[in-house]
Amino acid sequence: MTATTESRKIVIEPVTRVEGHGKVTLLLDDESRVKQARLHIVEFRGFERFIQGRPYWELPVLVQRLCGICPVSHHLAAAKTVDRLVGGENLTPTALKMRLLMHHGQFFQSHALHFFHLSSPDLLFGFDADVAVRNVVGVAAKFPDLAVQGVMMRRYGQEVIKATAGKKIHGTGAIPGGINKNLTIEERDTLLAEMDQMLEWSQGAVKVAKDYTLANLDTLAGFGSFDSNHLSLVRQDGAYDIYDGGLRAQDAQGNIIFDHVDNQAYTEYLAEEVRDWSYMKFPFIKSLGPETGWYRVGPLARVNNADYFDTPLAEAERKEFAGVTDGKPCNVTMAYHWARMIELLHSCEKMQELLHDPDLQGEDLVVKGDRRDEAVGIIEAPRGTLFHHYRINEDDQVVMANLIVSTTSNNEPMNRAVQKVAADHISGKPEITEGMLNHVEVAIRAYDPCLSCATHAMGQMPLVVEMVGADGQLIDRKTRG
Amino acid sequence: MGKPIIATTSLAGCFGCHMSILDIDDRILKLFELIDFDRSPINDIKHISQRCAVGLVEGGCANEENVVVLQEFRQNCDVLVSVGDCATMGGIPALRNTISLKECLDEAYLNGPTVFNATGKVPDSEDIPLLLNKVYPCHEVVKMDYHLPGCPPPADAIWEALVALLNGKPLELPYELIKYD
Ligand code: SF4
Repeated sequence: MTATTESRKIVIEPVTRVEGHGKVTLLLDDESRVKQARLHIVEFRGFERFIQGRPYWELPVLVQRLCGICPVSHHLAAAKTVDRLVGGENLTPTALKMRLLMHHGQFFQSHALHFFHLSSPDLLFGFDADVAVRNVVGVAAKFPDLAVQGVMMRRYGQEVIKATAGKKIHGTGAIPGGINKNLTIEERDTLLAEMDQMLEWSQGAVKVAKDYTLANLDTLAGFGSFDSNHLSLVRQDGAYDIYDGGLRAQDAQGNIIFDHVDNQAYTEYLAEEVRDWSYMKFPFIKSLGPETGWYRVGPLARVNNADYFDTPLAEAERKEFAGVTDGKPCNVTMAYHWARMIELLHSCEKMQELLHDPDLQGEDLVVKGDRRDEAVGIIEAPRGTLFHHYRINEDDQVVMANLIVSTTSNNEPMNRAVQKVAADHISGKPEITEGMLNHVEVAIRAYDPCLSCATHAMGQMPLVVEMVGADGQLIDRKTRG
Repeated sequence: MGKPIIATTSLAGCFGCHMSILDIDDRILKLFELIDFDRSPINDIKHISQRCAVGLVEGGCANEENVVVLQEFRQNCDVLVSVGDCATMGGIPALRNTISLKECLDEAYLNGPTVFNATGKVPDSEDIPLLLNKVYPCHEVVKMDYHLPGCPPPADAIWEALVALLNGKPLELPYELIKYD
């Protein structure tokens, strides 16, 4: 360590109200200025290695155990990859639409969970609010209507997943080349019965996020924000798409870096840097290099990248969102919340559209074709672009697996957000309060990081602050809670 | 007498078991009235701050920090429950127990098709916890009082178990609620 003798180290551990294990360290110089700020991901699972030798058809049910928050993403990304392995990538309409319904159900539940259960306390009570109330229990006491909506919207998404995947968490619906069930009329009608309510609440949720963002735009614009590239899938015609499409990347000003990149060729465009202080890698666009090629993924990147939404309510909201930055990409970190709620509304509209589609009651569920021994499957998960890549041998066993999970791509952005907030809110302050530390977590939380996935792991992020002298001696220690 | 206090944590799990707790749906609002949460991923309490009636643990132990947290839970909880297959027997993460840790790390940080590693080193800074050579189920690290099977256990099983424990009743789940997938 090159720190001066006077330097101090602050540790926030574990970071909470995000999904996954992480910790933050801040290195301060003798004038309490932040010299270095880092988000460390502290877990490692080893999926890439230990699934070698397993038969490929296990992958959709096995790899989703990376993450119980959005298991459907891994379930479907693995299924899309395995479809290609069996030559069954041209799904029947019933199989495709069942999977789409499952996927939108998951976006709906995951975004509701993040907004209402995890982040709303910061927005409703303020970043400095008392720890005792700054959580979902506090929201339930003070804003019972909102809490009920959050719980019921999440439940609705979970019911959609159960109806399509067979189980709310770690379902089994998608199989190589298709799906193992269709939607019964009873299931359809039960879900449709609540649709109007869900649409109304979704519009309300967009409004809460929008009003909050616009009312606080001046402060939020600077909060943990910075220019960045943005990456996501888009459909062939440029529309927003979370299940399929080509990769699009644009820079902070909206210049296209690459567009409609074939999923199978992703290794030509992206690489991941290893740094010794985190188990999570740092992806970047190869043509730009690790210094400037890092990018953001997730709701903000997707809403920035898409030319339009193919549903009317979400498209109207997108236009309003894009209007704030004159159609250029929005680079405000806290705008993730607004973008996320627009996506929630879109998923609700999509579910409505799909539930009225008679193809969901079709009987033709599986296709097969010519076998391949290597394939890539890319999907948009709630937290961003998710890559699965497998190679198998003649005995159908996995011999190579590569996973770039959504939150990994946001590793550098989250670190930048931490650095920015630490520099603005902690640097040079004589005393460090719990509220200041929560500011750092608020910036991380905006990305809805799923650090469990990211390290192919899972857990939560608590908070301990340690000030350590350069000689390694503990000067001060603060624990939250 | 205050409300009973519950603490929950995720060790080497996928958070699916915590999601299954939330899948008790609107009963969660009732739960908020009946109990208080101490340390849990849903709030910002970073360490257990008082004696807890029940501790729910998801996931086994894969690194040194998991062990420390599990010990903190054992010391502070009257009843400690392994929730789900990872806590109970290591689960999917324990698939790595048949392979050396070095091979797992090399695959992730040296060999993968998108890896860019200028130093040729795997992550090893003092700021990240040491990984254990194997993934251990919770009861191999501390005494556990109950095990709830499932990946994850169904929400109804978690609810029934909580209600029984908080009422001091024996934990006898009906056959339909015991699931192993
Ligand atoms: S038992 Fe299953 S759901 Fe629970 S943490 Fe382990 S993998 Fe996730």
